[in-house]
Amino acid sequence: MSPQIHLVNRAPIPAQGPLVAHGLSVVYNGKPALWNVDFAAPAGALVGVIGPNGAGKSSFIKAALGLVPWASGWATLLGEAPGKSRARVGYVPQRASVDWDFPASALDVVAMGLYRKLGWFRPVNRRTKEAARACLERVGMADFADRPIGQLSGGQQQRVFLARALAQDADLYLMDEPFAGVDAASEQVLISALLGLQAAGKTVLVVHHDLQTAPDYFDHALILATRAVASGPMAEVFTAETLQEAYGGRLAPSQLAALAV
Amino acid sequence: MLDALLLSAGYNAAVAMIGATLLGVAAGPVGVFMLLRRRALLADAASHATLPGIVLAFLVNLWLTGEGRSLPVLLAGAGAAAALGVLAVQALQANSRLSGPTAIAVVLSGAFGLGVVGLSYVQTLPVAGQAGLDQFLVGQTAGMRLADAYLIAGVAAVLVVVIALLFKELRLIAFDPEFAAAAGWPVQRLDLLANGLLLATVVVGLTSVGLVLIVAMLIIPAVTARLWTQKLGRMALLAAAFGGVSAYLGAAASAGIHHLPTGATIVLAAAALFAVSLPIAPLSRPRRAPTALEPPV
Repeated sequence: MSPQIHLVNRAPIPAQGPLVAHGLSVVYNGKPALWNVDFAAPAGALVGVIGPNGAGKSSFIKAALGLVPWASGWATLLGEAPGKSRARVGYVPQRASVDWDFPASALDVVAMGLYRKLGWFRPVNRRTKEAARACLERVGMADFADRPIGQLSGGQQQRVFLARALAQDADLYLMDEPFAGVDAASEQVLISALLGLQAAGKTVLVVHHDLQTAPDYFDHALILATRAVASGPMAEVFTAETLQEAYGGRLAPSQLAALAV
Repeated sequence: MLDALLLSAGYNAAVAMIGATLLGVAAGPVGVFMLLRRRALLADAASHATLPGIVLAFLVNLWLTGEGRSLPVLLAGAGAAAALGVLAVQALQANSRLSGPTAIAVVLSGAFGLGVVGLSYVQTLPVAGQAGLDQFLVGQTAGMRLADAYLIAGVAAVLVVVIALLFKELRLIAFDPEFAAAAGWPVQRLDLLANGLLLATVVVGLTSVGLVLIVAMLIIPAVTARLWTQKLGRMALLAAAFGGVSAYLGAAASAGIHHLPTGATIVLAAAALFAVSLPIAPLSRPRRAPTALEPPV
């Protein structure tokens, strides 16, 4: 890559589109986790954020949400600074980021997606519970509404997280590894939920580490290796060259052949 | 002892028991949220940091008014020092290589050492009132006056009301602070408020339970409640009940049996409730982690 000169502009210029990042960098303890990433998600796209471990996939999502500080660059969600568009953005954090021994039922967790709508101080009421139950039904978990979350399997827990995001009723969804460690049935539920969101005109970005399934699940891709290696329609960017570049030449020819790229 | 249980061991003992019980009721739910936010041990750093604050407040008050002992002044000093202790733990965590528990250990022991040195110095002063200062170590409700009990009752009422109002917000930041921040909740400010609840509990707990053992009143009723329920609301109510009952029984024992420090008897009562719950409560057995290999539904 030839060196690029970037004008770093901290004040976001008006950017249309569900998610726009420009020159976005994240630095942890002096080490770049994400470097100078330019990306614009097309409206209504299902975007797979792909790359090896430590490629900055989670950092990209968190930086876009404004959860980690930007070392440079900027990001806008739905045309606004991340702090301003939160009511219209849904988020699925990594499943391992919370303690599943927490005293809560599946319904309790899904209701958390409706807290903003309730507002400060107001307790969870019957209408909120019914709305949360409807979201659990959409992920095939209605029968588990009152089950303590610690008694659910990994795939079921992931479905509860998805239902909580659905409850947020957002226009843009950011999901961090929702397919990690889920069973086949939950995988199917997640896929149809993603397609359902797309059919409803929503834009979805999904951090995904499984190269085998990525081309089937998503129509767009952002391939990261700290910096953005490639982004665009899946068929154009999911190639042997970009993957080898992202994975530092560590993919064997047989692996690439299996991916049919 | 029976007299004490029935609040008929005298006016002073009854006042002290009511004050201690209200503190126990408030400490239970505060402890639940601290435990779930993994901050329970922060209370230990805060409580030990109160000692130098108490000593300093005594000296300043002595210098200004000629009399050192005044509960509101001492508690104000304790509260300020406890807040500094919490800030010190957070600063150490953010700006050094120390992990949370290590930072807590450093602040806890350092502040307590400073306090003990100060306490020894105050004991040598030729003034009255300093003899009672060491009651804050392990708690002694015997000398509690009606005004003190009112103060405790007021703080306990505020704690319970704040937790009731912000129940869902506190639940959210305890379970998933990242999601809460992404959804636009002011997680840092809510955390600050939760720390405020913790400090208030520690400070008013000084009078009855004492600074060495107050952390037990935050943790033991909360973990005992967790053995009985999977619901956060019930856990908070049960913790309040266990906290209140332990404080009541402990204060009665202390009033009935001369020279038993109240803090020790209250914590023993709480530990007894835990020990009784452990073999019979439904959720005592170790939790089996669910795996991806479990049959899908």
